[in-house]
This record gives sequence, structure tokens and C-alpha cells, in this order.
Amino acid sequence: MKKNLAESLGVGYLSVMEQIGGVFLLFWKAASGILNKKIDVRNSFDQMNRIGLDSIPVALTTAVFVGMVFAVQIANEFVKFGAGKMVGGVMALAVAREIAPVLTAVVIAGRVGASIAAELGTMKVTQQVDAINMLGTDHVRYLVIPRLMGLSVMLPVLTLFADVIGFLGSFLVSVFLVGINPYGFLETAGNFLKTGDVLGGVFKAFIFGMIIASISCYKGLKAKNGAKGVGESTTSAVVSSLITVFIFNYFMSVMLFK
Amino acid sequence: MIKLSGVTKEFSGKKVLDNVFLEIPDGQKLAVIGPSGCGKSTLLRLLVKLSPVSRGSIFVDGREITMLEGDPLIKARMAFGFVFQTSALFDSLSVYENVAFGLRQQKHLAEDAISRIVKERLEMVDLPGTEKLMPSELSGGMQKRVSLARAIATDPKIILYDEPTTGLDPITSTVIEDLINKLAVRFKATSIIVTHQITTVYRTCDRVLMLHEGKFIETGSAAQTAASIDPVVSNFIKGGLN
Repeated sequence: MKKNLAESLGVGYLSVMEQIGGVFLLFWKAASGILNKKIDVRNSFDQMNRIGLDSIPVALTTAVFVGMVFAVQIANEFVKFGAGKMVGGVMALAVAREIAPVLTAVVIAGRVGASIAAELGTMKVTQQVDAINMLGTDHVRYLVIPRLMGLSVMLPVLTLFADVIGFLGSFLVSVFLVGINPYGFLETAGNFLKTGDVLGGVFKAFIFGMIIASISCYKGLKAKNGAKGVGESTTSAVVSSLITVFIFNYFMSVMLFK
Repeated sequence: MIKLSGVTKEFSGKKVLDNVFLEIPDGQKLAVIGPSGCGKSTLLRLLVKLSPVSRGSIFVDGREITMLEGDPLIKARMAFGFVFQTSALFDSLSVYENVAFGLRQQKHLAEDAISRIVKERLEMVDLPGTEKLMPSELSGGMQKRVSLARAIATDPKIILYDEPTTGLDPITSTVIEDLINKLAVRFKATSIIVTHQITTVYRTCDRVLMLHEGKFIETGSAAQTAASIDPVVSNFIKGGLN
């Protein structure tokens, strides 16, 4: 029994290490391809369009409602302690540093990451990936690089939109529902929020984009065993992306916003 | 000339190819037969390094393909056309874009030249006027023929067929077999046909190999294969005919 547990732990550990290594190698191949200008431009713009424009409604809806609910919770408590003026500053920092980049990444991991893993997984099990490799290109150049570029470019852009909309949502709720002075709200927001906070959030989104793209592409390209395997890859891509985003978020926040 | 030298391929310790040697001269139409799961498709994948060999070397026109990576490998694969078992058409692209795919990636031709070649190849496989259709709108036999058109769009020197007639009705199978013969003549290409359909072997090939327990059994021409007294070959052929 003890041996079985040790064996299971060993196999699990090796599997996780293999996956981390595989994701990193795939990312490295794609990044090298980008640096060597092996970019399928048309495909990359298609991906940016698909990832960016098509995700705007869901990303902004999430940002505005999370901004609003966060404001309701914060504002009521701050008012009780006579610190209502501070709500604007706190909300501005929270939205720029955490809410916008992390929640946008979560939404995109669920929407785009799942779609990438399912699409590439289906292509893998139906030999379309092999066909790409036989037709004068390779799957990293044709499939992975455009998705990596699409996500790492468009996630920061979506995060900037989410910054504005999330803050606007918190402003409206704080002013019209809780009754906080709008000038005080904006004044503390201006005092608290620095350019570095916004840029830090955008930088985190850039890293999250690369994480989601690399993991989702890797999981899709590793799919096997037909529809069941594609389903498992898709679930695994979303779960792994989210966990990795949360882990990286902690360390990046500690480093960027000391 | 394709040459396999001491090639071994293992999956989880199981040898599907065990130290095999093989030479395929230019222009030959070779059939590789054997039961499902014996490693026939794996052999095709090894030839173009879609899977790596466990041991040994594969040479194509004197160049060791097993050592290639990156751009040199992509270039070496341009000599091949591959007709996949599942057809493997890109389901998000039209028939036109599927056939044009290799031309766009490899040849960097003007659009009117691409259009002319696509039209010609589709006519060659008896599918004129299907350019705008999506793969999901095609029957299995039509998908196979588009896959053929895509494989020959770039004038390959070697055409690999992975179970080209499996799952097709006899009439469609005959159409595909005729096409394989027609293309071999038209492109003077080497054809390697992996199949367990004995009728396909008889109609298309001039040399047959049987893959059995990781080794090749040389059985000669299709007619000699049919008359083989080797019990393994004979049982397979009889089973195939039955």
C-alpha cells in the first residue's frame, strides 16, 4: 500500500514535470519563431480579431459587474468608518492592479483557452496537424504562433478596456447607490493611482496571455483518443491555465507593486 | 530512392518495427500490407518524420531525413504528398483553400497561378466545380479525392497513401485505385500504399511487402503475393479475400 502511494506520487510528479517542460518547450519554439520572424501574418491578425474583438462583450460585462459588486462591499464598509472618500482610490488600485488583469484572464482562459484546446485537439485527432506539417509549414508556425501573439497582444488591450469599465462601474455604484461624493471619489482615485499601477496590470495581462496560449495549445496538441480525449484536453487546458495564472499573479503582484 | 537502414520503432517497449532494412527505387508502386495495428501507418509516419525512429536511419535521395529538424525537415517533406487515412482535410477551409494550402506555404505563387493549379488538380480527381464547398459538405469518397488533389498540388516525387480505400464502397474504391494509377503515371512518382484491402493491392501495386511482427516479408508482385506459400502471407490474403 505504501509502495503504491509512493509510486502514484512519483508518477504524478513526473507527469506534472513533463507537462511543465512540454509547455515551456512549446512556448520557446513559438517565441523563437516570432523572434526569427516566422510569422503567419494573416492567421495572426485573424486570431487577434477573434480573441480581441469577439471577447470584448464578455470581458467588459464581467469587469463592470465585478467593479460594481466590489464597490458595494467596499464603499458601505468604508462609509461606516468615515473613510468614504478613500473608496475611489482603493477601487482604482484594485481594478488596475488585480480585478481587470486577473478577471479578464479568467474570462479569456474560459472562453478562448477552451476554444484553442478544443480546436487544436480536434485537429490533432483528425490528423489535420500532421497534414499541416506535410504541406510546407509546421504546426508551431501555423497554429501556435498566431494564437500566442493573439492572446499576448489582445489580453492587455482587453485589460485596459476592463480598467476603464470596471472603474466606471464602481464609480456609478459608489456615487448613486452608496452616496459617496463623486469629486472625492475621483480625487482619491487620482491621488492613489499611478501610471505604474496601470502598466503593471497590463504587463501582468501580457504574461497571462502567453501562459493561457502556451498551455491551451500544448493541451490541444497533446489530445488523443477521439472526442473524449479532446474534452479532457479542453478541461485540463482551462484548469491548468487558471491555476498557473493565479500562481503567477501572486508572485508578479509581490514584485511589481511592493 | 528511399532507404531504411536498421529502423526500429518502439511504443512503450513494444517493437512495431524491429531492425528493418528496405530500399524503394524511384517510380515503384509499393504496397505494405498487414493486419490492423501492425505498424503500417507508423512506417509512413517514420518516412516523413511525423514520428521519430527509435533506432536506425531513413534516407530519401541520399539525405538522412531522420537527422533533420526545423526548416530543412519542412523542405525535405516537400518531396512527399501524403493522403491520410482520415483524409485530414482542414474543416474550417473550403475545398479550394485545402488544395491551395501547400501551394501557398511552399511555392509563393501568384493567386491566378494557384487558382489554375487548384482547378487542374480538382479536374484530375474528377471533382471540378467543388472549389467553394466545405469538407463537411462532401461524401467520404469525395473527401478522399480532395485529399488526393491536395497531396499532388505541389508535384511531389513520392506519394504516401495511408489506407486510401478503407471504409469506401467498392465503386468509390475502384475510382480511388484508378486515380492512384493515373497519378503515378502523370507525376512519375514513387507510391507507397499502406492498406489491408487486398483488392487495392492487386489493382495498384507492382511490389508487395507484408509487415508481420515488426519485420517485412518480401512477397514480390501482386500476383506472386496471391500465390504465396508463406503461411502468414497466405492466411492474410485468404482472410482478405474472404
